[in-house]
Amino acid sequence: MTEDVASIARAVLSRHSTQEGALLPILRDLQKEIGHLPEAVLPIVAQALNVSRAEVYGVATFYHDFHFEPHGEHTITLCRAEACQSVGAVALCERAKARLGLDWGETSADGRVTLEQTFCLGLCACGPAGLVDGKHVARLTPEKLDAIIAKAGG
Amino acid sequence: MKIFVPIDAAALALGADDVAAAIHDLAEARGADIDIVRNGSRGMVWLEPMVEVETPEGRIAYGPVEASDVPGLFESGFLHGGDHKLRIGKPENHPFLKRQTRLVFERCGITDPLCLNDYRKYGGFEGLTRAIEIGPAATIEDVILSGLRGRGGAGFPTGIKWRTVAETPASQKYIVCNADEGDSGTFADRMIMEGDPFCLIEGMAIAAVATGATRGYIYIRSEYPHAVETMMEAVELARSEGLLGERLLGSEHAFDMEVRVGAGAYVCGEETSLLESLEGKRGEVRAKPPLPAHKGLFGQPTVVNNVLSLASLHFILVEGGAAYRDYGMGRSRGTKPIQLAGNIKYGGLFETAFGMTLGELIDGIGGGTLSGRPVRAVQVGGPLGAYFPRALFDTPFDYEAFAARGGLLGHGGIVVFDDTVDLFEQARFAMEFCAEESCGKCTPCRVGSIRGVEILDKIHAGIDPAGNFELLNELCETMKFGSLCALGGFVPYPVQSAIKHFPKDFLARTNKAKAAE
Repeated sequence: MTEDVASIARAVLSRHSTQEGALLPILRDLQKEIGHLPEAVLPIVAQALNVSRAEVYGVATFYHDFHFEPHGEHTITLCRAEACQSVGAVALCERAKARLGLDWGETSADGRVTLEQTFCLGLCACGPAGLVDGKHVARLTPEKLDAIIAKAGG
Repeated sequence: MKIFVPIDAAALALGADDVAAAIHDLAEARGADIDIVRNGSRGMVWLEPMVEVETPEGRIAYGPVEASDVPGLFESGFLHGGDHKLRIGKPENHPFLKRQTRLVFERCGITDPLCLNDYRKYGGFEGLTRAIEIGPAATIEDVILSGLRGRGGAGFPTGIKWRTVAETPASQKYIVCNADEGDSGTFADRMIMEGDPFCLIEGMAIAAVATGATRGYIYIRSEYPHAVETMMEAVELARSEGLLGERLLGSEHAFDMEVRVGAGAYVCGEETSLLESLEGKRGEVRAKPPLPAHKGLFGQPTVVNNVLSLASLHFILVEGGAAYRDYGMGRSRGTKPIQLAGNIKYGGLFETAFGMTLGELIDGIGGGTLSGRPVRAVQVGGPLGAYFPRALFDTPFDYEAFAARGGLLGHGGIVVFDDTVDLFEQARFAMEFCAEESCGKCTPCRVGSIRGVEILDKIHAGIDPAGNFELLNELCETMKFGSLCALGGFVPYPVQSAIKHFPKDFLARTNKAKAAE
């Protein structure tokens, strides 16, 4: 683990030191600032919170948002839930997987794009919906999806 | 002159920021003195981004507006409500809004969400003032009288829950707002948090006064980043004005709150799983008893309420419980914000008293499908809700009426499917989703969901269909009665309703192909 990551970890832990039930906010902040959750940082968190490494690992692996590997330069997230299904999300998702040659959670070999799945973004009256680098998109069509993929360099 | 461009996530996803920027730039270029307000959404999602202009005659709406429409709008004199193909007129005269009874969504889309003066202009915080005046016991009585039932989906009487917490002695009590609105087809909570955040804060403060809680948490799912940001800002603003803190509105009551963000787990919408998550643990479901009202967050008496339940309290305290109770039918009192979603022509937020039929909502208000093809199936209540065919469209929107027909209202989301839907795929997805989101604690859910997918695949492949249907029914019964919570427990709703009402979708792939020929 680099000194950068270690110092980020110390700063985040110190920021949350008086908060009750702080583990999720801590993990979220760590991932936001480092870009992913390096496994090596978990024991430091465990020690600071006086819980076991297994417990921290258990929490980090329970929630879909946390990933131990860095994501690509761009992340394309598509909603797979029922309301989006009703307006063609299944076909759109298959198209994305085929065009990118990726399955859910995978990153392209050149590190440009990560494809993620989500179950509902609360945009259920204007689906199919998604997120491109954290920005919401709705009423997706095959053409719009292709443009998004092209722009991300996929 | 004020111009309203919504900042609601749906509007943003459809380009509202670009529209706002275009209006700003063009107004500047033309020397027009305008003030752009980023409001919540009025809930007519098919018209978003819906831009409103304040004229002497009232607000005039235009939509759906794209950035490229803006020059044409200026040419048509839209700043004075001028005619244009996108002109809608006064939003409140639009039948979609006119037919609603907006008690909770009264201010959403009208006010500037983060402007306390706007909220106060509409009687904001008068509910809290009254709660402090009449005291905890009288506040609880009024909420019981109102008949308000938990709007998350379980429908438990809110006043009774509060009374339980109020009567449980403890050194620390909590108000927890469940804003983990994970059901597909639902977005009402998101709209309130983005469009009328002070209403939620006021509701939580009222709950705190009533129960003696001094700390609160709003647990918002991470998939709602705009709601998170807006609530955080609203909390800070409220605190700076003495609406949160050591002395609420100068009274003896202390209450403050913190926004917490989830991490992508659907099961954390279940109240005990949510509490575990707040405590920094895996979102595993707890056995009940003990109820959170007795032993909740960190073992203390805790009120866990849905966003809409809490947002209903301003009205109840200002107008009185009886006024709220007089809307509705049977044991379903007050109004329900219904979310019309999926393959629907006029999708959005429709708040109305309980009692309208499913058909009235889908055909009458929703205009049928977006695709123009016939409605084939409707899923009400989220991924764990039943699939209803057209034959059940006379079912009134009422907790007990839906239960009697093997369905549930849940959080009031209605997802419409046209005739291209394959209910086999929907049933399979229900099991797959359960497997993906299971907390893993109980066997019927953790293992049953995976077996459910396998059995459905065997049926589809034509392997001993009769035997496997029987096995699937047995599995559903086991999950229904053996699961620790409603995730495993309610998966039989979508699966068994799909089989019951749409049997021909469950023929083996080979038979389906023959039937199609």
